[in-house]
Amino acid sequence: MDTKKIDHIISLSNDLRWQIGDEFHDNLAEGIYADAAEIVKDSVHKKDETGAFRIDAKIDKIITSKIWGFPLMFLILAVVLWLTIVGANYPSAMLSGILLDTIHPALKGFASTIGMPWWLDGFLIDGVYLAVAWVIAVMLPPMAIFFPLFTLLEDFGYLPRVAFNLDHLFKLSGAHGKQALTMSMGFGCNAAGIVATRIIDSPRERLIAIITNNFSLCNGRWPTQILIATIFVGALVPASYSGIMSLAAVIGIAVLGMIFMFLVSWGLSKTVLKGEVSTFNLELPPYRPPRFWKTIYTSIIDRTLIVLWRAIVFAAPAGAVIWLISNIYLGDASVASWLIDSLDGFGFLLGLNGVILVAYIVAIPANEIVIPTILMLTVLVTGISAGAGAGVMFELDSVTATGDILRAGGWTLLTAINLMLFSLLHNPCSTTIYTIYKETKSVKWTLVASILPVIMGFVVTFLVAQIWRLLA
Amino acid sequence: MEVKPKSACETCAQFNAEGLKKLGVNTSDFDFVVALAGNPNTGKSTVFNAMTGLRQHTGNWPGKTVTRAEGAFEYNRQKFKLVDLPGTYSLLSTSEDEEVARNFILFGKPSVTVIVVDASRLERNLNLVLQILEITNNAVLCLNLMDEAERNNLEIDTRTLARDLGIPVVPTSARYNRGIPELIQTVSELANGKILCKPHRIKNIPKNIEQALEKLSTEIKEVYPDIPNSRWIALRLLEGDRNIIETLKTGEFV
Repeated sequence: MDTKKIDHIISLSNDLRWQIGDEFHDNLAEGIYADAAEIVKDSVHKKDETGAFRIDAKIDKIITSKIWGFPLMFLILAVVLWLTIVGANYPSAMLSGILLDTIHPALKGFASTIGMPWWLDGFLIDGVYLAVAWVIAVMLPPMAIFFPLFTLLEDFGYLPRVAFNLDHLFKLSGAHGKQALTMSMGFGCNAAGIVATRIIDSPRERLIAIITNNFSLCNGRWPTQILIATIFVGALVPASYSGIMSLAAVIGIAVLGMIFMFLVSWGLSKTVLKGEVSTFNLELPPYRPPRFWKTIYTSIIDRTLIVLWRAIVFAAPAGAVIWLISNIYLGDASVASWLIDSLDGFGFLLGLNGVILVAYIVAIPANEIVIPTILMLTVLVTGISAGAGAGVMFELDSVTATGDILRAGGWTLLTAINLMLFSLLHNPCSTTIYTIYKETKSVKWTLVASILPVIMGFVVTFLVAQIWRLLA
Repeated sequence: MEVKPKSACETCAQFNAEGLKKLGVNTSDFDFVVALAGNPNTGKSTVFNAMTGLRQHTGNWPGKTVTRAEGAFEYNRQKFKLVDLPGTYSLLSTSEDEEVARNFILFGKPSVTVIVVDASRLERNLNLVLQILEITNNAVLCLNLMDEAERNNLEIDTRTLARDLGIPVVPTSARYNRGIPELIQTVSELANGKILCKPHRIKNIPKNIEQALEKLSTEIKEVYPDIPNSRWIALRLLEGDRNIIETLKTGEFV
């Protein structure tokens, strides 16, 4: 091969680039479009000028309007959440009936007949099995409703309109408008949202989108929010309004997450990730009536089962750890009580308690198991008789019973609100952290994305607790 | 003996259901590689699913496919591997999705490139089509979403279009599987050299750029006489594309 000639070609191209100057790109694009126009003129004919695109334009006029755009967005979000919350109750109860009340005792019985040592039985059945069963019972039903609904909206063509509505807010915060799309994906699963940031061209804006995706309340955290809001916030008003009140609280937290996303994006783009906002074309696709059953099928296969599987993979070892720390003793107290005692003071400062902090440490692999871990540990420290014993995760059948346990553990409305805030503002789950690393290939940014939200969680809950105690 | 009369479909050359086998993700030892390119939200993934029999999720928002997906089908005992590229409006910028698409068409050397366009938005879609035709000789235009174009009262003269572009044009509605057998047939004929393309090359390029391209591509052809897309290489050199400079040195695209 002729290296000299190639070097010559490259230097020639450099010279020519200078000669052509800045307009290269624009001129070239214009040239291509001129060709395209000529070709189209000869082969495309419009039969009549009126009538086309009219319905799409009419719908767009309403759902992207300045007045109706936002209220409609929240209304749709509320409806989706409402269907998810209400619809998930029944299958959830059924699944936990089967997995926790029937299979679990059966497994225990089997273990004792074959004479399994207590520690192996506890480790495998009370630890690993229960964690997995929990995740399936609590996560599968809401996901099997939430993901298809979300996918139907997506197929209909609503997501780009959300991006359109939110575009100027993102632009104001120095981020890319397409972040609205990755944010929406994050409501389903942050790891999926982070992979979706690949649609953002500029590395700076993509990093912002990756770091702030955690502020989209993900699927693993919705159930926590819903449960705590139902027990503590819904109880503030008469029973007939409590459903709406809890729903409002949950949406409030989700919206707060979006506000944090804007603020943090703004902060990053003004400091470490300075730069110009890039403009982009967002095509508003035509509305397409979704093919209902096909969408349901693919969203259950592609999304629900995949997310569920990874939750199980991570929950199983976490269940084992929970059982171990509750059953390994240092002196006269279990490792779990040692941890809880040592974190209680810090927890109090944040308006939380040691149990919640330990639960969050243990539940890094999967957000879904935070609530069962909290319940189990609360029973452990308060010594009240409920559930199935030390280190055994359980779900109480009724929301009231769960509330009683938590109140016995010293929970107040402040604890509940701060738990909801902390559930929004804490480190991403381990899958998401790993995904961030895979996408950024940078330990530094992975650390930033993981630690920043926790610090914010500490600051926010601390402030809320102090102000609350001053006023109360 | 009674002979059952054949239906119109069965006598048609396009009817070859026996020769077609959708292989899903089984992409082992294939005879041809087929790339699927196109603007975002033109239904590429739907075309991909229809051709491979896969049921990958498709979404109605631009930029859904961010990585390439692969699938396969078998037609007349030949195996075709199909690569679904991320949707892009152009191949001229530096974003990750455009780079994936550009590099695959250039360096992956697909036997055939299927360019999926939205029939209702043909003019805007042609921007990408014309760029792809600078890179590759073997392409077919899949005029997708024909059902929507018909609803919008658009009439597209596919023969004129095919003549102007210099490549075969197949109208489809992938959602309803319309036109997919014809598309597969055309891909197979292109891969086997039964159809020869004479792709359109961009004409309205300003004089100064055209002259620069001419100079560069003559020199490139001197070093690599067999290169089919010297003009595109020249274009990328003017752009300062690092990938191209590197491969020019190593000669990987020959």
